[in-house]
Amino acid sequence: MIDFRNVTKIYDTGNHALNGVSLHIDDGEFVFLVGPSGSGKSTIIKLLTAELMPSSGSIQVNGYQIESIKKSQIPDLRRTVGVIFQDFRLIENKTVFDNVAFGMRIVGASAKQIKERVDYVLDLVGLENRGRRFPHELSGGEQQRVAIARSLVNNPNMIIADEPTGNLDPQRSYEIMMLLERANALGTTVMIVTHEQELVNRFTKRVIAIANGKVINDGMDGYYLNESD
Amino acid sequence: MKYLFAEGIHNMYTHGFMSFAAVCVTVACFIIIGSFSMIVYNLGLFVSDMEHQNRIHAFIDESYDTSAAKSVGSQINLVDNVLEAKFISREEAGERFIDQQGGGNAFEGVTAETFRDRFEITLEDNAKMDETVQALGAIKGVAEVKALPELAKGFLTIQRAFNIASVVIIVVLLVVSLFMISNTIKLAMYDRKEEIGIMKMLGATNRFIRFPYFVEGFLIGVISAGLAFLLEWGLYDFLAEKITQSQNLQLFNLVPFREVVIPMVFAFGATGLLVGMFGSVMSIRKFLDV
Ligand SMILES: Nc1ncnc2c1ncn2[C@@H]1O[C@H](COP(=O)(O)OP(=O)(O)OP(=O)(O)O)[C@@H](O)[C@H]1O
Ligand SMILES: [Mg+2]
Repeated sequence: MIDFRNVTKIYDTGNHALNGVSLHIDDGEFVFLVGPSGSGKSTIIKLLTAELMPSSGSIQVNGYQIESIKKSQIPDLRRTVGVIFQDFRLIENKTVFDNVAFGMRIVGASAKQIKERVDYVLDLVGLENRGRRFPHELSGGEQQRVAIARSLVNNPNMIIADEPTGNLDPQRSYEIMMLLERANALGTTVMIVTHEQELVNRFTKRVIAIANGKVINDGMDGYYLNESD
Repeated sequence: MKYLFAEGIHNMYTHGFMSFAAVCVTVACFIIIGSFSMIVYNLGLFVSDMEHQNRIHAFIDESYDTSAAKSVGSQINLVDNVLEAKFISREEAGERFIDQQGGGNAFEGVTAETFRDRFEITLEDNAKMDETVQALGAIKGVAEVKALPELAKGFLTIQRAFNIASVVIIVVLLVVSLFMISNTIKLAMYDRKEEIGIMKMLGATNRFIRFPYFVEGFLIGVISAGLAFLLEWGLYDFLAEKITQSQNLQLFNLVPFREVVIPMVFAFGATGLLVGMFGSVMSIRKFLDV
């Protein structure tokens, strides 16, 4: 569950990234978050994971109150949310397998559990033969799929994807979307940040549109705002 | 757990040069620390040996016969700070002297008449020696009191000065090795700043992230201590042999390293362990605020 109440975020530089954003996403929902570049989408994600603190307003995520969260609770919060970062954030000197396995290691899974589960999710994203490679030995699209596999590995309550299909060809991105939809069908809340009108309109899902740090539309009509709108 | 240990060892390999440099400097520090400790220890033994050989001697007036001389003992025992007073007749003293000189023929002419009856006195507290010597000298029948010779006194001063200097040097070198290890870990973590950030975003606790670096610091400390110990052993035995062979330095009798191996193993081990652990803990804290 995500709940933003009148959230503003002003960066140290004085940038007003968010201006009074309120939105509510229930458990099990599938939501697109769309908006032009610089509108504040990534900022919303960083607030969700307590990477940033709101300047004002209140944020609740999976039962944690972000603005008053204790430092020691942050790891627990983050384990409930699988984030696929816009810039992947893979660990360069670890293999694909170890990158994906990392999420399980931090919760103390056994080597056997890890092996089974990691092989399974790598298979799921179509990287079954890439486990021993390092991130720099992969194409952009493959790296993105590693990031996706990593977000899936711990079966989080919620998956948040920042431009998950940005580097993929249409066929691949459709497959990834199907994958996320499958996760959603199994009960995972999914939020996808994207620019791609095509993609959004292909699914009939709730779309939250933001511009200039404000929510300007929220509905089930697959509506997508162009940057010119 | 196994994973975290493996990570720590892996870390050492990946920034091998820094680890290597840290081990070298730490080994050097530990060897110097160890050498100073050994010198302090030997000097301590040497001085206490000297003090032992040079108990105070109170010589009895030559006009006293043996039984009269013996009776002076009861008065000597009354003096403050006297722990024990042992009577040595002039005959015994002569034999002992000849023994000490190697029992050669050179002293055939020496007779018991050359020596005086005496008491060999052990003190409770060597620091109060001067007062005690005066008190002994005032006793009727005591002709002369001989205390520690100047040589031994000189050594005592040297020993004290050396002990203080050693403590200072040891502390400084401990700080240096602590700093070396801490810096290595700091650089290692700085190298991985991004990686640490990612780990935190995935929900890793600080403790989880810290552990491999802790292992790394710990390993550097322990490996350094191990190497330093072996080198110290070799170096010490080498020097000890040289000293025993040399004509001028035979006066010094170095304790064989074998006799102190066990305490040295513990001392080196504990120092390496502590320096390694504190070194890494010192640097780790700053990097975890993400
Ligand atoms: N660390 C930062 N310091 C200062 N300003 C920032 C920082 N990060 C983002 N901003 C500003 O905040 C605003 C929102 O940025 P954000 O990254 O949330 O946009 P976005 O919607 O994710 O854009 P894109 O689609 O290009 O990823 C922008 O004006 C950006 O310049
Ligand atoms: Mg963004």
